Amino acid sequence: MLRTFPVGGVHPQENKITAVSPVQVLPVPSSVAIPLSQHIGTPAAVIVNKGDKVKTGQKIAESRGFVSSNIHSSVSGKINRIDSVIDTTGYKQTAVFIDTEGDEWMETIDRSDEIVTDIKLTSEEIIKRCLESGIVGLGGATFPSHVKLTVPAGKKCDVLIINGVECEPYLTSDHRLMLERGEEVLIGVSIIMKALKVNRAMIGIENNKKDAAGHLTKLAGAFNGISVHELKVKYPQGAEKQLIKALINREVPSGKLPLDVNCVVHNVGTAFAVYEAVQKNKPLIERVVTITGKSLSNPGNFLVRTGTPVIRLIEAAGGLPEDTGKIISGGPMMGKALSSLDVPIVKGTSGIILLPRDESVRSEIKACIRCAKCVSACPLGLEPFLLMTLSEKGLFERAEHERITDCMECGSCSFTCPAGRPLLDYIRLGKSNVIKMARERLVKQ
Amino acid sequence: MSNLINVSPSPHTYGKETTRKLMFGVVIALLPALFTSIFYFGYSAIIVTSASVISCLLFEYLIQRFIFKKPISITDGSALVTGLLLAFNVPSNLPVFIIIIGSFVSIAIAKMTFGGLGNNPFNPALVGRVFMLISFPVQMTSWPVPAGFGTGYTDAVTGATPLAIIKEGLKNGESISQLVTQIPTPAQMFLGDMGGSVGEVAAVALLIGFIYMLVRKIITWHIPVSVAGSLVIFTTILWLINPEKNADPLFHLLAGGVLLGAIFMATDYVTSPMNPKAMIIYGCGIGILTVVIRIWGAYPEGVSFAILIMNAFVPLMNAYLKPKRFGEEVKNG
Repeated sequence: MLRTFPVGGVHPQENKITAVSPVQVLPVPSSVAIPLSQHIGTPAAVIVNKGDKVKTGQKIAESRGFVSSNIHSSVSGKINRIDSVIDTTGYKQTAVFIDTEGDEWMETIDRSDEIVTDIKLTSEEIIKRCLESGIVGLGGATFPSHVKLTVPAGKKCDVLIINGVECEPYLTSDHRLMLERGEEVLIGVSIIMKALKVNRAMIGIENNKKDAAGHLTKLAGAFNGISVHELKVKYPQGAEKQLIKALINREVPSGKLPLDVNCVVHNVGTAFAVYEAVQKNKPLIERVVTITGKSLSNPGNFLVRTGTPVIRLIEAAGGLPEDTGKIISGGPMMGKALSSLDVPIVKGTSGIILLPRDESVRSEIKACIRCAKCVSACPLGLEPFLLMTLSEKGLFERAEHERITDCMECGSCSFTCPAGRPLLDYIRLGKSNVIKMARERLVKQ
Repeated sequence: MSNLINVSPSPHTYGKETTRKLMFGVVIALLPALFTSIFYFGYSAIIVTSASVISCLLFEYLIQRFIFKKPISITDGSALVTGLLLAFNVPSNLPVFIIIIGSFVSIAIAKMTFGGLGNNPFNPALVGRVFMLISFPVQMTSWPVPAGFGTGYTDAVTGATPLAIIKEGLKNGESISQLVTQIPTPAQMFLGDMGGSVGEVAAVALLIGFIYMLVRKIITWHIPVSVAGSLVIFTTILWLINPEKNADPLFHLLAGGVLLGAIFMATDYVTSPMNPKAMIIYGCGIGILTVVIRIWGAYPEGVSFAILIMNAFVPLMNAYLKPKRFGEEVKNG
């Protein structure tokens, strides 16, 4: 029996159309818009001015505070303006607009193809390098990596978990990365192990990616303490808490972090970015993005510079299909629907999915028949039907008591509801109200 | 318009299941039992079933059209399921007018009064059935003996159900070993060759439906297994204490409506609990109450009452029996 998390979960149609498409390099776009907030935490502070010339890999915005991240230019050229841009969330934020001139890289960056295996940096230097290079979690949450590499006093970490699950349908960027850059990923894992001072790392991969798991298992023989584990295909296994439960059977308590059960989770994409930062001195300025959809003529995986408008990627994949009804950044379960084609690709963009019109409209909302399918689907043991009703009726105290803030918004409940009820929409509403209430309580005290 | 794109919160993909598909799944699961009842009780089973289904659909339509004045949703299959289950719970020679009254009680009183699908606290088919049982006790307890397809609607030979035979016999001071010759063998009961309601007789057909619903993930095992399990355990204890006064567990499981009730009536989505822990307690409650009514109650059969009684506890169970939350902190001390 393959391992998986025990409670809840769903199995959406996988649709991994691009699993066999090797990563291609997307040509450098003629202009980019690089947002100052591509991570969770405080937005970076811009350190360049309009008209400045920048090189590829040059720092253009500096992290402010502990939970923040540096931003680097992904192209070489002239700063056109510093202006607002609509990002993946649909809100406006400040971005640095750069007109590309050639592709001149910073001299400090090692651009050779040679794989550097020797890890020369010390633990502290690794953490500093990750901060300097603007490394953030590439699984989607974009949490600044240097924070997760620093084990606070009083906590300990005995195992590093590497997330190669990629449980969202359609997405294949991590899959291709593991297959094509397996060795670099494993060196990245070793670097993270050194930073955390742990001697054991477990890589979890769902068994719809047998080739990637096999490849990494073969390579892992040459590395100390790294093991690869195949997992049963089940969404949301890529969620941190579910992956920890599946791999080492530890349950992260509600409201706590993986470190509270002595482990740390990083994504395979992050491990690769850490490799490039530490061994090649290359900041995070490009990533693998899956561009996919059933009607696209040329779906695939592309290495894309941050700040590239989504439309450039769609053009490379054969152009916007006539029947497009929805454009999603991220996976279809947790991704964000885009309102514009000029939205820039950022550090956290794992894929762009084009859904045909007939798949992008929700079905009619019917009466709840109390079938309890949402209860069995919830990986956190919550009762979505109840949380929806409480939120709908404005009973937020009770919703808080029913642990609405535990919800990680994986969408399994809405996915599974036979009556087409928008469970997660209402749970989000309830959650935001409960969080607001909790803040007000804190202020009063 | 054609170049507009949709923007909505996640998730952006949905499962294939719909209310209608689930309801029609239940209908498919009921078909084996329907076919066996036609085989045993002849075309009278068809008359009873059609009358029940048509009147349930009609009442739901009329109420939605003229009282609710909202979109008609009789095609969602829920009234069809109620109609079938109501017919399955009555003798095959029941006069049509009684079935129509039963359908009215099921749909109009037990379901629509509370706001329609999803809001009724009690299983509509069982409310209708119990109403008929109390109002028309003679017609509701004269059971045609299986006589094959050619049997007429009114001229069927009637007889007592195995449960009634045991109940009466024990009351008259006979012992189980004396009564055993008058009841069908376990094999006959398993195949449905005994007196009883339209859809309850053939255990084998009901079990096929159960397996179908499990495979299709329409229901989970929790309720049917806990009903049957608790009934078997309880009757085994009584049987071991005094085998001359108490029938064996296999008899209790196969005779009467336990399987129909456990598989199709107790698992009704709307009126059953919504998490595994509560489902098991609810199922055990039904199993135990059924035995209590059968052995110490006035009626020979108690599944309907047991389910209705446990229905009443469902809101309480949903409120106090919670699923195990992920990462729930165990309180010390």
